Amino acid sequence: MNETPAIELRGINKSFGPVHANKDIDLVVKKGSIHGIIGENGAGKSTLMSILYGFYHADDGDILVNGKKVTIADSKAAIGMGIGMVHQHFMLVDNFSVLENIVLGAEDSAMLAGGLDRARIELKRLEEEYELRVDPDALIQDLPVGLQQRVEILKALYRSAEVLILDEPTGVLTPPEADHLFKILEVLKNEGKTILLITHKLREIMAATDSVSVMRRGEMVATRETRNTSMEELAELMVGRSVLLRVDKKPAVAAEPVMQVENLSVTDQRGVQVVKDVSFSVRAGEIVGIAGVSGNGQSELLETLAGIRRATGGTLRINGETIDLGTSTLDAADMRAKSMGHVPEDRHRMGLINSFAEYENSILGYHRDPAYSSGLLMNIAAIKENAVAEIEKYDIRPPNPMLKTASFSGGNQQKIVLAREIERDPDVLLVGQPTRGVDIGAIEFIHSRLVELRDAGKGILLVSVELDEIRALADRILVMFDGRIVGERGANADEGELGLLMAGVEDQAKMSVEGSAR
Amino acid sequence: MSAGQLPRWVDYGLIPFVNLAAAFLVSGLVVVLIGENPLEAVRILIWGSLGYGEGIGFTLFYATNFIFTGLAVAVAFHAGLFNIGGEGQAYIGGLGVTFACLALDHIVPWYVTLPFAIIGSALMGAAWAFIPAWLQATRGSHVVITTIMFNFIASSLMVYLLNSALKKPGSMQPETRTFEAGGRLPFLNDVFPSFGFGYAPVNLSLFVALAACVLIWLLIWRTKLGFEIRSFGANATAAVYAGISPVRTIVITMLISGGLAGMMAINEIMGSQHRLLIDFVAGYGFVGIAVALMGRAHPVGIVLAAILFGMLYQGGAELSFEMPNITRDMIIVIQGLVILFAGALEHMFRPAITALFMPSQAHAAEEA
Repeated sequence: MNETPAIELRGINKSFGPVHANKDIDLVVKKGSIHGIIGENGAGKSTLMSILYGFYHADDGDILVNGKKVTIADSKAAIGMGIGMVHQHFMLVDNFSVLENIVLGAEDSAMLAGGLDRARIELKRLEEEYELRVDPDALIQDLPVGLQQRVEILKALYRSAEVLILDEPTGVLTPPEADHLFKILEVLKNEGKTILLITHKLREIMAATDSVSVMRRGEMVATRETRNTSMEELAELMVGRSVLLRVDKKPAVAAEPVMQVENLSVTDQRGVQVVKDVSFSVRAGEIVGIAGVSGNGQSELLETLAGIRRATGGTLRINGETIDLGTSTLDAADMRAKSMGHVPEDRHRMGLINSFAEYENSILGYHRDPAYSSGLLMNIAAIKENAVAEIEKYDIRPPNPMLKTASFSGGNQQKIVLAREIERDPDVLLVGQPTRGVDIGAIEFIHSRLVELRDAGKGILLVSVELDEIRALADRILVMFDGRIVGERGANADEGELGLLMAGVEDQAKMSVEGSAR
Repeated sequence: MSAGQLPRWVDYGLIPFVNLAAAFLVSGLVVVLIGENPLEAVRILIWGSLGYGEGIGFTLFYATNFIFTGLAVAVAFHAGLFNIGGEGQAYIGGLGVTFACLALDHIVPWYVTLPFAIIGSALMGAAWAFIPAWLQATRGSHVVITTIMFNFIASSLMVYLLNSALKKPGSMQPETRTFEAGGRLPFLNDVFPSFGFGYAPVNLSLFVALAACVLIWLLIWRTKLGFEIRSFGANATAAVYAGISPVRTIVITMLISGGLAGMMAINEIMGSQHRLLIDFVAGYGFVGIAVALMGRAHPVGIVLAAILFGMLYQGGAELSFEMPNITRDMIIVIQGLVILFAGALEHMFRPAITALFMPSQAHAAEEA
């Protein structure tokens, strides 16, 4: 079969100053297929797609669309050639309706009404053709993320996209939403559309694609038919060496509880109760994992324990001291003083100040420590010395404490946070999504650090939406659903059973346990 | 997002220079339009502000005002707050100076009065900033709105006070009595006669302003409080995560900011007018915003920007005298253009210059 490929890239090169982001990239994407592009953060995936979508211009190399050589000047030209993109962060206007968002930028005329009516008819047709149902009059802000993403896809289809680029589409989705997305992609493929799926999750590549290209440090290192490859092979190609997907650790030697939480309840800004009467404990020398689909109260639980959020009731016992969380006015600094470290879920929003130099972030939250002051002034030399030591110990790259934090890659930024929190030797460490957006090499490092801290006799509370991570690290697993802890399992819990608990199907999970016990 | 890591000389030197050049270019066009020679106008402006001792004296006198109000705006900037109430805070700060001078001027020499005047002006300015700060911190009322309203309140309050309790008995003027020697700062011309500052009112408060610059630099970049202020300004969520109290940070920052604005009154009241009078702030509080923007909220930049605006004030006065076509209003147009380009349009040339020096910056931010 010698069909013209939908997209062909030949010898694409792109440099940003000294950084060679794309080196001689060749890529052939077959018409009507789902083609995955996988690579670690910073491997050059996003740059390549930005070139294809007209955000950047290649330094040299050719782009062929349907066998014809083209120049893509901007995203408008890309859309004109039938290339659509669904961005990682949606480009939607929150307080516009679905229909208005779809028409936005393609209104056809100065007056909206006629265009909107035509769009409504077209949208209906698209919905039926691709089974992408969504209420055209709903406001974006009222839709769950999964549906918002669907609107993004419809937007591209409305602009008659033949090739659809999805950049990390599942980053914001719950597992069922992700499954649904893959079903949609399958339908689109069967209708003859070509799909480029950018991701760093191996599982998704295996589940959804027909062929896969692997990028590493700006180079395209391999292209495989998905059915002829394996996760292990792809992981090896991505990092250039074999990685342990499992964490190497000894069984926990748990001692006395260092943290006990009783009847904790939290109400969020909207007045919705998000944590409901939660009780659990963390012992010295163990990692307690909290599994759950994101948005089931884990974030609020973590923030409340860290002193960032107020509880409506409950008590916290840490190091033998009992705190009434319902009335406490302790803030994050007070909790740190009680030897509680906190690696927050969102390092960009919370854990780091991106415009600060690395050394300044290395003491964020610990800046009142007398070790970093001399008299009234801060002891910059001591702070830098400490930062340099952490950089060395955690292999933070580039090893420059003066560099602005925004200039570090995701994995290195996470190491900055981790180094800061672990090196203060807390008795209890709260950890949220420690490896979100972090490449495989750094994941391994971060996991082994956490296990080391556990083995040093500290208690760790780990919240992660990556079930694999929880299963790999935790000695005990608590599952949260709808603000409650709906189950506790051991480290070797069955994945399917945990999945049922996470989905809120408590009874069936119990039954399956009883069933297996019988 | 941050502008990345531009070389310092670009951030603090080149970009302000390009903005300024653009402002002068447009001003030049305006001068041409009204039929004057722009090069001649520039010559007069520079000669008038820097060409002779008295001109320099006036330039430095104005610059002193701008350093105080510029620092005030800059400190608030670092906490992400936009204090545009410098005008009112300086006006009320005048009360602090006046109380100190009226109480002490006939008992003690000026150098005893000065510390009281500094404390008084800072306290009064800070007090005037406190209510907007408190409302912002606890109620979320935006300081931009409340501080500007407080400017009007300050203005009316001062008119009332200067027409009643503070007015010199038997006078028709809305002003206090003139201070005795103990309430007057020495003019620099008397301290350093060799510079030939002549009748220029530049006085010892210039050194108070420079000392304030050093102290503010230390505060912002070398103290825990400064670290907390910058943290809060750069990322309020991360600041809360770090255990930094937003209420405390907002209130303290605004008190410092208001205090600095209030200290401007030392220069005008104790240094030059020697009495409290109506409208002595005369827009210096507002120009402080442009000074802070142009000086990139850094004390060194603020000193340079303050001198520039001092030149515009002094050189502009000379210009309207030498070129009758260029009226005082035209000078205000030129000043307005500088504020427009240096302040409001500060980001007009920045992206292009950033791209020139840091081609990979946009990319790096995206991948991270």
